Amino acid sequence: MKHSVEAARPLNLSRRGFLAGTGALVLSVSVPMGSARVQAQQATPAAAGTRIEAFLEILPDSTVKFRSAFVEGGQGIYTAMAQIVGEELDVEPANFHVETAPPGPDYLLIGGQMRFTGGSMSVRTSYDAMRKLGASARAMLLEAAAAELSVPVSELTTEPGKVVHAASGRSLAYGDLAEAASALPVPETVELKAREDFRYIGKPEKRVDVLAKSTGKAQYAIDLKVDGMLYAAVQHAGRLGQKPVSLTNEAEVAAMPGVHSLHKLKGAVAVVADSWWRARRAVETLEVEWAEAGEGTPFVMPADYSTAAHMEKLKTTEGEGLAFESEGDAAAALASATRKVSAVYDAPPLVHGQLEPPSALARWNGDGTLELWLPNQAPEMFQADAAKIAGVTPDKVIIHSPMLGGFFGRHFLYAAASPYPQAIALSKAVGKPVKVLWSREEEFLRDAQRPMGVARFEAALDDAGQPVALSAVTVGEGPIGRWFGRQPDKVDSSTVEGIAGKPYAIANRRVGNILVEDPMVIGFWRSVGHSMNDFFYETFFDEMADAGEQDPFELRMKLLEASPRHNTLLQAVGDLSGGWKRGPFEAEDGSRRARGVAMASPFGSEVATIAEVSLEDGEVVVHDVWVAIDPGSIVNPAIIESQVNSAVALGLSSALLEGVTYVDGMPEARNYDLYPILSPERMPKVHVTIVESGAPMGGIGEPGLPGVPPAVVNAVAALTGTRIRSLPLSKHDLTAKG
Amino acid sequence: MQLNINGAMQQVDVEPDTPLLWVLRDTLGMTGTKYGCGLAQCGACTVLVDGVATRTCVTPVEAVEGSEITTIEAIGNDPVGRKVVEAWVDNQVPQCGYCQSGQVMAATSLLKETPNPTEEDIAAAMTNLCRCGTYNAISAAVRQAAEA
Repeated sequence: MKHSVEAARPLNLSRRGFLAGTGALVLSVSVPMGSARVQAQQATPAAAGTRIEAFLEILPDSTVKFRSAFVEGGQGIYTAMAQIVGEELDVEPANFHVETAPPGPDYLLIGGQMRFTGGSMSVRTSYDAMRKLGASARAMLLEAAAAELSVPVSELTTEPGKVVHAASGRSLAYGDLAEAASALPVPETVELKAREDFRYIGKPEKRVDVLAKSTGKAQYAIDLKVDGMLYAAVQHAGRLGQKPVSLTNEAEVAAMPGVHSLHKLKGAVAVVADSWWRARRAVETLEVEWAEAGEGTPFVMPADYSTAAHMEKLKTTEGEGLAFESEGDAAAALASATRKVSAVYDAPPLVHGQLEPPSALARWNGDGTLELWLPNQAPEMFQADAAKIAGVTPDKVIIHSPMLGGFFGRHFLYAAASPYPQAIALSKAVGKPVKVLWSREEEFLRDAQRPMGVARFEAALDDAGQPVALSAVTVGEGPIGRWFGRQPDKVDSSTVEGIAGKPYAIANRRVGNILVEDPMVIGFWRSVGHSMNDFFYETFFDEMADAGEQDPFELRMKLLEASPRHNTLLQAVGDLSGGWKRGPFEAEDGSRRARGVAMASPFGSEVATIAEVSLEDGEVVVHDVWVAIDPGSIVNPAIIESQVNSAVALGLSSALLEGVTYVDGMPEARNYDLYPILSPERMPKVHVTIVESGAPMGGIGEPGLPGVPPAVVNAVAALTGTRIRSLPLSKHDLTAKG
Repeated sequence: MQLNINGAMQQVDVEPDTPLLWVLRDTLGMTGTKYGCGLAQCGACTVLVDGVATRTCVTPVEAVEGSEITTIEAIGNDPVGRKVVEAWVDNQVPQCGYCQSGQVMAATSLLKETPNPTEEDIAAAMTNLCRCGTYNAISAAVRQAAEA
C-alpha cells in the first residue's frame, strides 16, 4: 500500500547551512511556511520533525550524521532511528552516526509539543515524521542526481547510499549529491515505501552502538572531561530539607591532598579537588553541622519518617477515594453478592539502581553561555531549570545529552535528585569547569524513588464462579501528579494504571484512588504505576479464579472472549510455553514446579506472561519466563527481544529482592550490598514471541515488565498454596512450603 | 609510582591507597573502566591484573605496582579479548553498555584461565551486575567465545 503524505513547502530556496568544524555539507533546506501572510512575518518556526537540516547531515563519504530527538540509554533508540530514517532515505543503518539533538523546537516530537525519552514513546511518536524526513531527503537527492546526469528523475532509483541510473549504468554517491540537493526545495509530497518493500524496518538490524559499548569506547556523562576541569564530590544532608550550618574541621580538610576548595551548597557540602577520589575522601572527612529545614521548605523529609509507618498509614486510610474508572454498578453488585473475595496488596518503594551514578559537568563560557553535560531524559526541561538556577535565559544554556548508563526513569527532572545545580554553583564559584559526581551512597540518598503502593480489592462472583463485580482502591501518590500538576478533582493516572484499563469482561467495575502524599521524592520507574498495579490486579485475579474454582488461564480466556487481540495473545503465550499447565508438576530435574500467568496493557502494547518457579531452600527460583508481546507493529524484533529480556530482569528483581526501607528519615541501604538487585544466577531463561496485530504502534521499553511479578507470584501460589500479597518475595519465609 | 598498564610504564603521583579505578579514570584518562558502586559489588570496574579479573574500585594502587594491568582500552591486543569482543558483538550483548567493559574483562579472564568452561565455571566467573539484565546474552557470548 503506497500513500503520499504532505511535506513542507519551502519558502526560501537559497538557504544553505554548514556545520562548523566538520567540513561536511549539511543537507540543508528552507524553513517551510504555511502561507504568504505567515511568510511575511518570517518568524513562525517549522513544525517539529520537518526541518531536515535539524536532523540530517550527509557526510562526504555518504554516511549520515543524525541528531536523534531521543536519548540512548540502552533501549536501542539510536538504532531504531537509523532504521526508520535509513529505510526511506535508503542508507544502511550501520552507516548512521547518531547523537542526541540539542534542545530546540525541531525535536518536540511528542504531540508536536514536547520531548522526553520515556513512556515507551520514542518510536511510536516519531515514526511517521522520521519516515517523511528520510523520504524527503531522498527525493531531493534524486532531484539533484537528475540534474547532474541530465535525465528525468523518473529514470532514477536509489540503492543504499547512492542514486542509480540503470539505463546508463551510472550512479552517484549521496555524499557527492548532498551539496546540490541541499539547494533544492523540500518536496510538497513524498511517497513512503510500501511495507512489503521494507529493507530495514521490521528486521533484526544490528545495533549501531554495540561495538563501542563492547570495547569501552562509548562515553557517558561520567567519562567526560574539558580543559581546566576540576572534580567535585558532595556529602548530602541526611534528610532532604536540612541545611549545612558549619564545617567543624574545615582547616583539616582544606589541607588534604589535592583539595581546591570547600563549599556549602543547598542541602549539601562539596569539596572541589584535582581528582574525584581526593574530593570524595575529603568531603567524607568533613564534619558538618546541619540545621533543620525552615517553615515552608518544600520536600522536607521528616525526622520521624519510616517506610513501615507510612505503609501502615496507607493501609489504614479508609474510604473509596476518587473514581477513575466506573462501569456498571460495582457497589450494588457487591452489596447483593453471596460469593465475595477481597484482599489488600502492597509494594515497597524502589530505587532505579542504574549502574552509572549521576554526574554533571558545568562550564561557564566567555560569551556568557553556560554549557552542561549531564544525563537527562528531557533536554528542554533541564535547560529551562538550569537557566532558572543560573539566572540566565534558556537560550544561554547549552545542553549536551550523552548516552545514559541505564535510566529506567531516573533522569527526569525531580527535586534535588540531580547534580547539575551543584555543578552550576561550583563552577561559578571556582571560575573553572567542574564535574560533580555522586557516589553510589549519595545516589541512594537522593534518587527519586518508585513510590510505595497499596491496593484494596473486593470482587463478587456469580453462581458459576465468574467475577461479576470488582472494586479496587489504590492508596498513595503517583509521579505524574507530583511533577506534572495535580488536579484536586481528578485521579492521577499513574496511581491506577494497570488496575484501570484492564480488558476483562467484568460487568461492574470501579477503580479509584485515595491520595496520600508521600514525603519521599518520588519518580518514574520503568513502567511507572504498572510496575506494581499489574502485580496487584493480576494476582488478585487468580484469587478470584481460585475462589470461583476456575483455572486462572481459562478464566482469563473466558473474560477475553470478546477481545480477539487479547485472546490471540494469551493463546500465543500459552503455545510458546508448550501449552498452559499450572501444576504443581515434577520437572525433568526432579524439582517440583508450577506456573503462573498474567496479562498487562501498558504503554499502548499488550503483553501476556507465563513464569515457571520452584523453591530451593525456601527461596523462589524462576526458571523460565515466556512473554508474548503485541506492540501493533514493530521496527526491530531483535531489540524487542532484548528489551523484553531487560524488562523481565528488572521486573523479576523487584518481585524477588527489592524494597527501600527508611528509618528515622534515612534509608537503611546506601549501596547494592544492602539493596540487592538481580544477579546473573537468578536470571531465568526468557522466551519471546512478537505478535503484530496491526493495532496502532505501542511502546517497547517498559511493557515487558508489569506481567512478570504477578506471573511469578501466581506461580508461587500454585506451587505453595500461599498467596503473597506484599513484595518483595525475599521477605517471606517459604521454607516449609516447598 | 610506576604502573605497567597495557604494556606501557606510567608514572603516577597519587596517594598509595588510591583505588586503581580512579588512577585509571582521572589520573590517566582511561575512562573505559567504570565506577558503579565502590564496594566491589557490581564489577563495572573490572580489569585484568596479571591476567586475573580484579575489581579496581577496592584495589589500592600500591598493591598492583609491578603487576601487569590490562584495561578494556587494550582488549584488542589480546587474542582472547578479541574473541570475546567479537562474541559480544555477534550476540548483541550490550544495552546501556555501562557494565560491559567489566563484563568483557571478566569473560576474558575466565577464558584465559579456563578455555573450555563448564556452565558452572561461567556462573562462578561471570558475577558482575547488569541492571539492563543482559545476563542471558552474556552467557551465550561467553559460550561462543569459548568455542571460537
